[in-house]
Amino acid sequence: MPEMTYRDAINLALKEEMRRDQKVVVYGEDVALYEGAFKVTRGLLSEFGELRVRDCPISENTIVGVAVGAAMAGVRPVAELMTVNFALLAMDQIVNHMAKVRYMFGGQISVPMVVRMPGGGGSQLGAQHSQSLESYFMHCPGMLVAYPATPADAKGLLKSSIRTDNPVIFLEHELLYNSKGEVPEDPEYLVPFGKASIMRQGEAVTLIGYGRMSILCLQAAQLLEKEGVSCEVVDLRTLSPLDTETFLASVAKTGRAVVVEECWRNAGLGGDIASRIYERCFDTLLARVKRISGLDVPMPYSRKIEKICIPQAEGIVQGVRDLLNESY
Amino acid sequence: MAGNLRELLSEEELLKFYEQMVVCREFEESCAEQYSKGHITGFLHLYSGQEAVAVGCTAGLKQTDYVLSAYRDHAQAIVRGADPKRVMAELFGKATGICKGKGGSMHLFAPELNFMGGYAIVGGQFPIAVGLAWGSQLQEQDRITACFFGDGSMNQGTFHESLNWARLWDLPVLFICENNFYGIGTEVHRASAQAALHRRTCGYDIPSEKVDGMDVVAMYQATKRAAEWVRERQRPYFIEAVTYRFRGHSMSDPAKYRSSSEADVWKSRDPIPNLSRRLLEEGIADQARLDQINQAALAQVREAVRFAEDSPWPEDAEVWNDIYV
Ligand SMILES: Cc1ncc(C[n+]2csc(CCOP(=O)(O)OP(=O)(O)O)c2C)c(N)n1
Repeated sequence: MPEMTYRDAINLALKEEMRRDQKVVVYGEDVALYEGAFKVTRGLLSEFGELRVRDCPISENTIVGVAVGAAMAGVRPVAELMTVNFALLAMDQIVNHMAKVRYMFGGQISVPMVVRMPGGGGSQLGAQHSQSLESYFMHCPGMLVAYPATPADAKGLLKSSIRTDNPVIFLEHELLYNSKGEVPEDPEYLVPFGKASIMRQGEAVTLIGYGRMSILCLQAAQLLEKEGVSCEVVDLRTLSPLDTETFLASVAKTGRAVVVEECWRNAGLGGDIASRIYERCFDTLLARVKRISGLDVPMPYSRKIEKICIPQAEGIVQGVRDLLNESY
Repeated sequence: MAGNLRELLSEEELLKFYEQMVVCREFEESCAEQYSKGHITGFLHLYSGQEAVAVGCTAGLKQTDYVLSAYRDHAQAIVRGADPKRVMAELFGKATGICKGKGGSMHLFAPELNFMGGYAIVGGQFPIAVGLAWGSQLQEQDRITACFFGDGSMNQGTFHESLNWARLWDLPVLFICENNFYGIGTEVHRASAQAALHRRTCGYDIPSEKVDGMDVVAMYQATKRAAEWVRERQRPYFIEAVTYRFRGHSMSDPAKYRSSSEADVWKSRDPIPNLSRRLLEEGIADQARLDQINQAALAQVREAVRFAEDSPWPEDAEVWNDIYV
């Protein structure tokens, strides 16, 4: 299997799907000539031409709305919002239109569309450009939410996203774009929705993450291994649907769970996951469920204080140590 | 811009324009250097080339007027009176920064100067500007709101909603579009169906004009006239300042989407040599005086960098401050 970056894996998925299906089109702000703010759409314009790869005005709500309409008309649009932060300008089209059309029209039509958006914190971009809004999207029924952690999953999940007839929010982490991993060459390599992956087997504690948090969980697990603590790492892969069974089975086995969320703790997805664990694994838990979250503050710019607002591998290690010292 | 400078402005005012533009240019070029050294991080959008807009417009406003801007905001803040030391410290992320290191390059703010902020969401400042103008109108303050924005932001819904609103309620807002022809890498005619941007306001019955944004005196005159009009009539007005950014959109942009010959044409219209040539031609200043101003600007910016370097980082506990009152 060739090694490639997360960025290139997404780029490859786009190219393969555009080659496979003439109906797949890509558009967004600066995706064509400029090849994407994060260069994810490199080479698309030159290969597929300007009818299928298009730049558009800075009009996020309309970008999503146009995808809804185009999908209703039979096209398979993959729209890029330059970052997840700008999805807030498009929340009306996302929540009231994209996620509702199929349901409110009694299933008579579907909107096969993908909205890709990079996000997350850690690049000193300030409060308006460093948000982790995954819980916002998870909260809304009617759409799927994917958040790959590895290059292979990025390829496989994006291809599944393009092929499904459901609308998909596809989240990418800006700090993962340059991360490398093996990616299957098979153009039919698809990662299904609602199937978490066990990134690492372990006995003492289950670390549950998604996106970049899964990578931090892996790093923490490696550090803890040196202390003789065996961690199982579950990468959720898709947040909607959420593969509850996989993480519950893991927690039932280890008896301990640490949920790592990059988003804010207040009403964050970690609370939801913890409550699912309490509801279904209460009897087998050896300790309380630990949550490691982004701090409930707007992200500060200064690198010195930005760092403490985002979960770090060392914090996860400490969280696990705390948990192992506790028992009911 | 025709006519004799001396007849339009005092020697003192003209030299101040020159000085402010030079300070802004030195500041921005120094930011680029500090960015390459890793002292400034995150997104950094420089203003080099557009100085005549900030300087000319600010001079045409009153200090009591509100000013809002987008993320290309260093010059806007400095020309309004922000201390370059504290602006630089902000870009370094230091505790002495104008927003305590929490804002960074894109979010400068100085209420004591009525500089009501730099915003990083394209088009985010339009409704805020309308609201500020309403607030001052309600309180019968003699104050207009000048809202600066880029050509690209005119495609946001907020632009249309805000222009409509400003005219509907007749609010004292001066909209100033800095048309530098690009929104990141997308040229204006590829994003705007009507690329003559000042004509886009007719749908809202807001008068508008196009001004040479490379000419600081022209910018000053147009703004002064427009600001008075807005103040008197309590109605919105729109200026399209035609300008150019000499650098890429941000530090990560090599600007491959535009030809070097295009940039060269605009650089030949650089507002700074443009003004210095006229000052010399009309005998308003000699080269020695201009050199002295250049040296002083350089020294001021060097001092700002030194201040930023020497300043302390914010305390960790600072993350919890300023969230709620
Ligand atoms: C809502 C939103 N969408 C997209 C962006 C990303 N972005 C940052 S600057 C920019 C271009 C804006 O161009 P313009 O308004 O012309 O201002 P200029 O950079 O030319 O000063 C874009 C698309 C953003 N910051 N906010």
